[in-house]
Amino acid sequence: MIRVLLPAHLRTLARTGSEVTVEVIGDVTQRSVLDALEANYPMLCGTVRDHVTKERRAFLRFFACGEDLSHEAPDALLPSDVASGKEPFMIIGAIAGG
Amino acid sequence: MSRVRVLVGTKKGAFILTADGTRENWEVSGPFFAGWEIYHMKGSPVDPDRLYASQTSGWFGQVIQRSNDGGKTWETPGGGVTVVPGEMPKGESNKFVYDVSEVSGKPLHTHQWYDGTQHPWEFKRVWHLEPSVTDAEAVYAGVEDAALFLSSDGGASWKELSGLRGHGTGPRWQPGAGGMCLHSIMIDPRNPERIYIAISAAGAFRTDDGGKTWKPINKGLFSQYIPEPTAEVGHCVHHIAMHASRPDVLFMQKHWDVMRSDNGGDQWTEVSGNLPTDFGFVIDVHAHEPETIYVVPIKSDSEHFPLEGKLRVYRSRAGGNEWEALTRGLPQRDCYVNVFRDAMAVDSLDSCGIYFGTTGGQVFISPDGGDNWSAIVQNLPAVLSVEVQTLP
Repeated sequence: MIRVLLPAHLRTLARTGSEVTVEVIGDVTQRSVLDALEANYPMLCGTVRDHVTKERRAFLRFFACGEDLSHEAPDALLPSDVASGKEPFMIIGAIAGG
Repeated sequence: MSRVRVLVGTKKGAFILTADGTRENWEVSGPFFAGWEIYHMKGSPVDPDRLYASQTSGWFGQVIQRSNDGGKTWETPGGGVTVVPGEMPKGESNKFVYDVSEVSGKPLHTHQWYDGTQHPWEFKRVWHLEPSVTDAEAVYAGVEDAALFLSSDGGASWKELSGLRGHGTGPRWQPGAGGMCLHSIMIDPRNPERIYIAISAAGAFRTDDGGKTWKPINKGLFSQYIPEPTAEVGHCVHHIAMHASRPDVLFMQKHWDVMRSDNGGDQWTEVSGNLPTDFGFVIDVHAHEPETIYVVPIKSDSEHFPLEGKLRVYRSRAGGNEWEALTRGLPQRDCYVNVFRDAMAVDSLDSCGIYFGTTGGQVFISPDGGDNWSAIVQNLPAVLSVEVQTLP
């Protein structure tokens, strides 16, 4: 199972805790993880990536294993520790405000 | 005794204020959707316990929420868990995709940008939700970048009424300072096929066939700040209001100028009269007196607060031109708030109540048509919208 950490507002929207698990069949990539996340939590469609283009929303970032993966290709393999469930795939809202 | 339910959208969540017909003792519930911007909430006139809310965020985009119990509980329509493996997600209640199909006959990809170049249409948020007057499952959404969408399944899925963007003037629309938003939707209660909408900064438009075809209705508007002040489109209309008993009579608060039309928008005349400034955002009509209208004058387009730090509602009992200041109970010193375009509403109790919300987090009520005012709440986040339901 893949562990996914959600920012606070998306936890509220999905009515879940900070971490959810999803099952991915085949390669574990940003795309496959987010596809699985949206399948399990349809209310999150459009909130992490665009409905149509599937591009990451501008003020969200993807982190895992101490790395910023936001600009990685959607079909690039995620670190093996994410694929094994040892480390979470983190969706983080950019810091803003005063 | 009748009750009122006030739906307040703010920068950081939604609040619902309720009271009996005396409107003296208020119960405040919320925040709902805490931390999100609630641009607008509105109840169905067919089923008043069916509420729709536009929940939006710069980080996470658009969400549509729906309540079937007057706002006690909420759901994201269409957002149930998908149970069939491999099935596409069903949560499309926030999916607003512009119609660029050939079938629509008018594929439209760009509008005018601030610098005069063409810019792609990009969905940002829902500014206004207008439930149908005949079907609780039907609701219109006015969005930024400007377009009109319709849901026929209680907000679960949305389809653009693309005849509006595609009627011909779309490429000349351009954003105002607040974005290119479709913020006003009014349905003629006698003939629901007739709908009025308004866009900043394009102007007002009307359909007489339920949204298939549209035409600009901006004759008589004069906007000094655009290259051609009497242009067919390009006017920064801030809000439009009408009285249900006379849906051909429209009142408009434009960027500058208060206007009225007596023929469904075919021709407008200025009725700013003796207002101390005719810049502002809100305008509304008394529930029982179709010629009694209200505005909140704001100093200017560069100073979005009341003149002299005095929060004053202006009332005209003559449908414009002759205005009186209403001040009793409103702050008359050091008040520098704004009142946004969808933040005024009226109830329909025998003594008509007038409500408005401010960027300072106040929601004021006058239970007597504007003569006396008091604050229901004073310290909410900045108020984006106010709607009122009069309940049995």
